[in-house]
Amino acid sequence: MLLRLAWQSLLSRRLTVGLTVFAVALSVALFLGVEKVRTGAKDSFADTISDTDLIIGARSGGVQLLLYSVFRVGNATNNVTWESYQDIAAQPEIDWIVPISLGDSHRGFRVMGTSTEFFDRYKYRGGRNLTLVQGEHFEDLFDAAVGAEVAEQLGYEIGQEIIVAHGLASFTEHDDKPFRVAGILARTGTPVDRTVFVSLEAIEAIHIDWKNGARIPGQTVSADEVRGMELTPGAVTAAMIGVKSRLQIFGLQRWINEYPEEPLLAIIPGVALQELWDIIGVAERALIGVSAMVVATALLGMAAMIFSGLNERRREMAILRAVGARPWIIIALLTTEAALMALAGVLIGMALLYSGMGIARPYIDSAFGIYLPPEPPTLRELTVMAVVVVAGGLISLAPAWRAYRMSLTDGMMVRI
Amino acid sequence: MPAMAEVSSDIAVRLRSLEFAWPGRTEFSLSVPDFSIPRGEKLFLLGASGSGKSTLLSLICGITVPNKGTVEVDGTALSNLSGPERDRFRADHIGVIFQMFNLLPYATPLENILLPLSFAGERRRRLEDPKAEALRLTGALGLETELISSARAAELSIGQQQRVAAARALIGAPALIVADEPTSALDAGSQSAFLDLLMDQAEAAGATLLMVSHDERLAARFDRVEDLSRIAVAERRLRA
Repeated sequence: MLLRLAWQSLLSRRLTVGLTVFAVALSVALFLGVEKVRTGAKDSFADTISDTDLIIGARSGGVQLLLYSVFRVGNATNNVTWESYQDIAAQPEIDWIVPISLGDSHRGFRVMGTSTEFFDRYKYRGGRNLTLVQGEHFEDLFDAAVGAEVAEQLGYEIGQEIIVAHGLASFTEHDDKPFRVAGILARTGTPVDRTVFVSLEAIEAIHIDWKNGARIPGQTVSADEVRGMELTPGAVTAAMIGVKSRLQIFGLQRWINEYPEEPLLAIIPGVALQELWDIIGVAERALIGVSAMVVATALLGMAAMIFSGLNERRREMAILRAVGARPWIIIALLTTEAALMALAGVLIGMALLYSGMGIARPYIDSAFGIYLPPEPPTLRELTVMAVVVVAGGLISLAPAWRAYRMSLTDGMMVRI
Repeated sequence: MPAMAEVSSDIAVRLRSLEFAWPGRTEFSLSVPDFSIPRGEKLFLLGASGSGKSTLLSLICGITVPNKGTVEVDGTALSNLSGPERDRFRADHIGVIFQMFNLLPYATPLENILLPLSFAGERRRRLEDPKAEALRLTGALGLETELISSARAAELSIGQQQRVAAARALIGAPALIVADEPTSALDAGSQSAFLDLLMDQAEAAGATLLMVSHDERLAARFDRVEDLSRIAVAERRLRA
């Protein structure tokens, strides 16, 4: 009876109720959307690199190593000598090792020297492989494979000639040894998209006549000449390692961290990612805070709407009292109305969110690399929804209490 | 009839040495030395506005309680009841008709008529089929069935609304019908027609009818006419 009265009463005030419900719906959609993007971003972030057991580099901070080796952010303080690299590669625990050589750039994108094994070993989003949209990885010494973002932003096609610049933001270019775009990688939503890949030998080749960041005067080696030369690198920036047995990860990590010949650092990518996320997490929590405030605002708006409607509803209250409704019925009626509004808001908000996500999912994935899996609401989301409905009911206790007081003092005198 | 009611079954309403004051800025007080309505009587209470009739009705209906004295309705002293008990008592024993705006505008007239039955167990139990009874009452009050069950109350004319309100007051045969200027929003022709219908139905249900109005012309067909100023003393003064 109460529920039907509340429902009819709401229906009779469609416009104001509708707007209020819509405000709640939008706020809920926003809150849960932030929540979705947040978990999606966190998962995508954690999925940036998978199936790699250790990343090694010169001794610095774990987060720093992760940032420059995986995210191509910042710089290495030092390199790993080729001897150490070879030594580590020869350890029996090691299943595979992929070198990473960084330091050069191409029109704002980082150039990474590596072996072709990288394309088999680098996995993301729980074991997905890098795939090529066009072309090959690198066959020739001066072949380059470019990430999806690089190809899209610079409009690159297979066979196009590109020049690698020395350093990250410099005007000196390795223009004597141009590269050819040999392959374009499929979009991954990882830093791979923003990277130009060349072979480790090519990195060595373009620097063969350089020393201390500048060309050695009078000693130019042409692109053709360099092909005949010994191109073993002197050092690499970092390396990705897979071990034969997961049990060996910690042992090997300790061994590398205590490597006597050179100060090295080995990190477990998942652990370092978590550390990094903890740093970024402050912004994430701020975002949640803001969207929670939006929900609170919408609920307050609802309470204000109920308050403002009270005076015109005094008559309704008097009628209910006259036919024998106890005062708490008045409270229950208003609270039920508020809870119904909040429930409608939550449901519409969910519908908005999921339909919006259904439409925007491919775009968000390709544009931001955030994959939002089409999952049913999580327990946490359902909890949020329940909390909003309960909060809606609770917040309406204020106007309901006022209505109760009014109905007590009004009695049967129905004032307009 | 419950046992309590049989003790003084000939008296529907009795007020004794009653004193009441509204709390608030304007101190309004009402005192009724002794006033009673016999069962089945149709009493017309003449009272100008400000004479304390709404207060009196609130007291009789048990919405407000007197500071002193007793209110007995259907043999039950309301002051002995708790708030919720008074509410249930009112639901079971009293049907109320207001001057206007009697109905929940968003519900259908039928839902409005059945509304008291949600709170009044006794009245509900007297009815085998509440909906049929509601339609019988509205039929007797001259309202069409379609109008009752399909339209929203707000769409009805005032005359129709008042008749729906009368049906709501009468349904389940409460002992007492309290009508507070039920005809003042109607034109003269409708007024007498409405009163005829109301009286007929109250009589058929064996209910006591207490109607308050400032309009003496309506008094003619009642069993008894009382002037409120003679049975009650109302005082209104600004608090110092």
